[in-house]
Amino acid sequence: MKAMLDWLDHRTGYKKLLHESLFENVPGGARWRYVWGSTLTFCFAVQVITGLFLWLAYSPSSQTAWESVYFIQHEMWGGWFLRGLHHYTAQAMTVLLVLHLMQVVIDGAYKAPREVNFWFGVVLLLLVLSLSLTGYLLPWDQKGYWATKVATNIAAITPVIGPSLQQIVIGGSDYGHPTLTRFFALHAGVIPGAIIAFIVAHIYLFRRHGLTPKLPKKKPDAAFWPDQVFCDAVACLAVLAAVLFFVVRYHGAELGAPADPSEQFSAARPEWYFLFLFQLLKYFPGGTEIWGAIVLPTLLLLVLAALPVLGKWKLGHRFNVGFLWAMLAGVALLTWLAVNEDRGNPDYLAAVRTAEREAERVVALAQAPTGIPVTGAVTLLRGDPLTQGPKLFARNCASCHRFGGDDALGGQPKDPPSASDLKGFASREWLTGLFDARQVDSPHYFGGSKHKDGKMVKFVKEEVPNFSAADREQLGKAIIALSAEAGLKAQAEFDARDAAIVADGRKQIASDAMNCTTCHQYREANDGGEGPSLTGYGSREWLTSFISNPAHERFYGPRNDRMPAFGAEKQLTEQEIGLIADWLRGDWYEADGKN
Amino acid sequence: MAKSHPHPQNSRRNFFVKAGAIAIGAVTMLVPAVSGLLVLLNPLRRKAATTGAVRVASLKALPETGEPRKFPVLATKVDAWTRTPNVPVGAVYLWRISDKEVRAFNVVCPHAGCFVDFQAAKNHYHCPCHDSTFALDGKVLDPKSPSPRALDELTAEIRNGDEIWVNFQNYRAGVKEQVRV
Repeated sequence: MKAMLDWLDHRTGYKKLLHESLFENVPGGARWRYVWGSTLTFCFAVQVITGLFLWLAYSPSSQTAWESVYFIQHEMWGGWFLRGLHHYTAQAMTVLLVLHLMQVVIDGAYKAPREVNFWFGVVLLLLVLSLSLTGYLLPWDQKGYWATKVATNIAAITPVIGPSLQQIVIGGSDYGHPTLTRFFALHAGVIPGAIIAFIVAHIYLFRRHGLTPKLPKKKPDAAFWPDQVFCDAVACLAVLAAVLFFVVRYHGAELGAPADPSEQFSAARPEWYFLFLFQLLKYFPGGTEIWGAIVLPTLLLLVLAALPVLGKWKLGHRFNVGFLWAMLAGVALLTWLAVNEDRGNPDYLAAVRTAEREAERVVALAQAPTGIPVTGAVTLLRGDPLTQGPKLFARNCASCHRFGGDDALGGQPKDPPSASDLKGFASREWLTGLFDARQVDSPHYFGGSKHKDGKMVKFVKEEVPNFSAADREQLGKAIIALSAEAGLKAQAEFDARDAAIVADGRKQIASDAMNCTTCHQYREANDGGEGPSLTGYGSREWLTSFISNPAHERFYGPRNDRMPAFGAEKQLTEQEIGLIADWLRGDWYEADGKN
Repeated sequence: MAKSHPHPQNSRRNFFVKAGAIAIGAVTMLVPAVSGLLVLLNPLRRKAATTGAVRVASLKALPETGEPRKFPVLATKVDAWTRTPNVPVGAVYLWRISDKEVRAFNVVCPHAGCFVDFQAAKNHYHCPCHDSTFALDGKVLDPKSPSPRALDELTAEIRNGDEIWVNFQNYRAGVKEQVRV
């Protein structure tokens, strides 16, 4: 063994190198305050290892980026853990960078002859921040997409080169495949390569000038190995423990819904350590944002780079330490303001809830037997009634209708309801309310529309209360039968169980006693025509036809009250009408196998 | 560079510090390495893909002369996260024996996975990569052929008089036995 090592040493000189790196002098002996540089190197090593393994599973394109990250997160062995480790170590790195910078400045380690090394450190700081900026986009989820879009739009306001720079960075005039290939190459190749080069130079210069001791020395000088190495190892372990805490607590890194350029995302925020810049921009009115986005940060960076020069001045060191604390306090204040404003902003909080719901939903859809199509997971949400129904309803229906008392997204439209509340439309409960004399002319049903004075309301208010007990029983059966026409998923069990009642109820609807077919068409009973047809009432076909054209003779005909013919007038596409109908009918994929 | 060596009385403490530093350092690096290796080894979980019986062609499409003809097999393709229904997942040669019987062979050569061609003039299958030849019934024809086994025959049946259904399956190349992949 020894002979082999000697052979190797003779050819490589590794022993000298090892000796030099291990027996570096630590003036005043090992101290905890010297660990920050090592923890940063450790974090970088973790990022390289986890990053390479993530690389093996990641696919940068707008139809596969989110999908491959989903696959890592939800399908691969320990994928969530690996992703979480990469994500939270990146955050730890940012914190450690600040700690390292503070220690270097407070201990005066930036002064001559260590200026160049300080500048290398500043470059490393910027490189690491650009790693997190480029990495934020790679999962191609709504948050990363919109937040990064803001960042590159801001870069575009740089004078002269801005617009071209933006186009080069994103690989075109808008986000797409080239944006991902470029960001990925930057994130996994160019920037880490530069970081490695600068770390080597940084450590070389550090070794050349030696460690800057914190005076007064408390102990005699000692070698780097083993005491300082031990301190460093323990510090790295502590960093790892903190990272693991977050990884396990949040089950890896967050993955939002897939990026959708057509879908607004009000919850877009940059990573927490960029929040101060985000907040700063709020204070610069239109046309002056260049001051907040570019001039001010550049000036602060220039001052930071000038610390070694300023340090030569008599009060320089005090100024430098004061400047750093002031900058840190400013960043902390702005971050706090940003978080605080969001916390008190109901619109933002609602957007976050929607984002979380959609993130969860798209995973359920991706795990459905139909899986992710080649067009990407974004089409899963676009074609999902549960996701699109409420949005389409709020946009197109809620100016008159309500859904459970609001616009289906939790908001309240400007005008009071002037048409029925469609939550549970065609269900037994909904129809029972319709036949209740106290409810039928309430805003929940016909109260807000011109049908308030129509024959149906008159029938329910004047005739139904005088029904005998036997009539009431028949009405109950008729309601069950009418509701069964809809074939609602939520009622499938009851409809099957009550098959006999349904059969009886159908006869009641067609009977002269119930008087339905005087106005409504129903199956063979064809004499009615004033009110909407009851054949297939509430079924998908009935509902999509109704939304397409409520003034069709099959429905309200000339008695239609204000409702637009969404299909006939091309206000909504066939697909959108189908999504609204499916959603109103409660018909969407559910992971528990109900569909 | 000043060098410092442990004092003898400190050697026990020194040993623990050294062992501790090495052990802790190893643990911190093992965590990312092991979690990455797990993800790397994830493909080992993959089970053999099987499509079940797939309708491949109609009997009318096969020449009555008994010459085999190649058809694509359409099925749902699962490619990691993507699932695409009704796309080619492979191809088979169908060989009409009679109105009641059809035999099916996977077109993949069992040697190294190239697609074999049926050469009508010579009335045998030929692999363009390493010149294996196979008879009509799939058996290795030329004993010098590098293929370790006959063409993989698949279960085929005629349903409703005209529809040819095949249980499509791929097998590992390069081995004597049939191993599903």
